[in-house]
This record gives sequence, structure tokens and C-alpha cells, in this order.
Amino acid sequence: MPSLKELRGRIASVKATRKITKAMQMVAASKLRRAQARAEAARPYAERMNAVLVGLSQAVQGQDGAPKLLVGNGQDKTHLLVVCTAERGLAGAFNSAIARAARDHANRLLREGKDVKFLCVGRKGFDILRRLFPNRILDRIDLRSVRQVGFTEAEMISKRVLALYDEGAFDVATLHFSTFKSVISQIPTAKQLIPAEIAGEVAATGSAAAYEYEPDEETILRDLLPRNISVQILRALLENNAGFYGAQMNAMDNATRNAGDMMNRYTLEYNRSRQAQITKELIEIISGAEAV
Amino acid sequence: MADNFKFDLVSPERLVMSEPATQVVVPGTEGQFTVMAGHAPVMTTLRPGVLDATLGSGKRERIFVRGGFADVNAAGLTVLAEQAIPLAELEAETINGLIQEAEAEIAAAKDETERADATLKRDQLRDVAAEAGRPAGGSTH
Repeated sequence: MPSLKELRGRIASVKATRKITKAMQMVAASKLRRAQARAEAARPYAERMNAVLVGLSQAVQGQDGAPKLLVGNGQDKTHLLVVCTAERGLAGAFNSAIARAARDHANRLLREGKDVKFLCVGRKGFDILRRLFPNRILDRIDLRSVRQVGFTEAEMISKRVLALYDEGAFDVATLHFSTFKSVISQIPTAKQLIPAEIAGEVAATGSAAAYEYEPDEETILRDLLPRNISVQILRALLENNAGFYGAQMNAMDNATRNAGDMMNRYTLEYNRSRQAQITKELIEIISGAEAV
Repeated sequence: MADNFKFDLVSPERLVMSEPATQVVVPGTEGQFTVMAGHAPVMTTLRPGVLDATLGSGKRERIFVRGGFADVNAAGLTVLAEQAIPLAELEAETINGLIQEAEAEIAAAKDETERADATLKRDQLRDVAAEAGRPAGGSTH
């Protein structure tokens, strides 16, 4: 049984922890709102980009010399996994969920006899994957010094990926990130970057044939595909950011509640042992008086 | 008065503008062109330049756009630009930074085509810088 003094110390320390987690929860909540707004603001661009790409890719479908970024280089040997995680922890299973999805994907590819390489965006994913696949990590991109991720960072990452592609370092690239579904639910998602995975219906307005392209379709497509990669990466970063704060808010909410429970338990124990001591002292006094 | 059409200007980070417009001058790669209501469907990439929109309200907006493309269809005009800054807010530093970047590209160019592309880009940016020095409508400060 810990002494009274020890218990007092424990209560004080749990109380301090609770204050910290409570503050972190509130900070995360306010940052979440901003991050969420940014993730939503980025959607129109991505959607329109996708709509245009759908139209264009159908226009060039089946033609010779279609861009490699769209149809791939005809091989499927080396896979690059671009794993986007957060820079910081204390967000529950957020980072490890993304890393786990990437790990499963990598193991599946390895079993099929393919080669796997990683490009880590964010420190946490790197820390986890470094232990599992020490020789397969090509590079890591640190965004810790960036206050607010924007298009500049996304472009920088996409240039890195494209440079690696041009060197022939990989055949297929997949982006791993976490989709922000709601504050309590972030879903680890994999999206193929190269060759571009373009899904969706052609917009009803104006069929592709009626369009006039300036310059021609292929030139536009060649210009558009690298941009599309930047946009996808930006979307991943923004979704991740919103998801991270959502996860952190939840984790800190739980931590605050746990700290509260723990404080109650300690306080109960403290009061009990205080009572026991008073009773004991009383008994000593009474029995002492009786003995006289 | 010309008819209005839907005009959207979108950058990766946000929807910059979504308003009816009567006339928009778009800096296309192969030349500047004016879009009015009922324009034939066109898709073109953009060069760095100034987009000049006359809105339905009669207001004129001049916006610096860089990298992206314009899509004209029956529904209206959609401009997707990597960067879109109203000319009035465009700071000398930003544009000079871009010019320097283009100059670095010229220096790093490996062959003639690359050098020509980068030189063209720099000259276009210089035009924008000159344009930005003048307020809209040619009036003085």
C-alpha cells in the first residue's frame, strides 16, 4: 500500500497529465477545423482535373505512343510505395494504420516475386518502415519544417517521384495515405499513381469528339499527367492532415477521460487510507487511556 | 450587352472564383483568346500570363495565372491554374522569384528545346511583371 504522501504525488501528476491532454485535444480540434476546410477546398480542382483526364484519356485510348504515365511502361516488376504519414505521433493508431496497410501491400507484392521500394513522406512512417524493410527505402521526405502543406510541397514530392520514374527505378507507383471520412474514422487508402488510374464517366456536357484541342490531345495529356500526380499527392497530404488532427483529437479525448478515471481511483484510495490511519490513531489513544 | 456564362477559376488549394462573366481573355499556350457565351468547346494549356475577366456585374478582374489549362464547354469556362493571384496582390518578389527560377532553368537546360522552352517562359513572366506595374485600365496611381 503506497503511503499517503506518495498517493498525493500520484494524484498531482495525473492531474497535470490530464491538463496537457485536454489542451492538446482542444488544439487538435481547432486545427482540425482548418485542415478539414483546406481538404474540402482542394476537392473542386481534383474533381475537374479528373473529369478532364477521363475525357482526354479516352480520346487517346488505343493509339500508339500514348504517354507512359498513362499506360505504364509495359512492365510490372518493381513497385514503388509512396507512404504518406504524419510528422508527429500521439494520434492513436493513425500512423501505424497507414504503415500497416503499406506493409501488407509490400508483403503481398514480395510474395508474388516483385521488387518493392519505398518513398516515405513524413517521419512516422519512416520510423516504422525502417525497422521492417531497412534496405528498401529509397528516400524520405521530411515536412516537419513546413508549417502548412500546400501545392509547393506536393509538387516537390511529385518531381521526386517522376525523376525516379525517369531513371527507371520502378514500374508502378502506389500512393498510401489515409482518407478522412469523419473525425472518428480515417481509412488507410492505396491509390495507384503510375500508370494513372483514371476512373469515372465522361462528363455529359459535350462529347470528346466535339472538342478542339490546342495544342493536340497528346501534348495536353503529357502536360497534364505530371500535374495530376501533384494533385493526387496534394490531396493525400491534405486528407492526411485532416485525418491526423481528427485522430489526435480522439486519442487525446480518450487520454483525458482515462486520466480522469485514474484520478478518481487514486482519490478514493487516498481517502480510504487516510480514514484507516485516523481510526488506527484513535484506537491507539483509547487503548492507551484504558491502560492508565 | 453580351450574355453571361459560368466562369470558374480553380487553384489546387481552393476555388478562387465562380461567377457569371460576359467575357474572359485567357492566355493560352498558342495565343491569347477571348471566351464569350456560346464559345465552341476548346481545351488548351495555359502559359504564364494575365487572365482578364469581365464579370456579369460589369466588374473587371485581372488575375495572374500560371501553369494549368482552360476548358471551354457548353456549361461554361473552367480554368484550372496551379497558381492564381489577383494582379493587384501580385508582389514584385513573387514574380521576380519566378523569373529567377526560369533563368535557372535556362542555365540548367540540357538541349536546345529545353532552353527555348525556359527562355519563352521567362519572357512571358517578364511581360506579366511589366503588366503588373501598370494598374488595370491604364490609369495611374
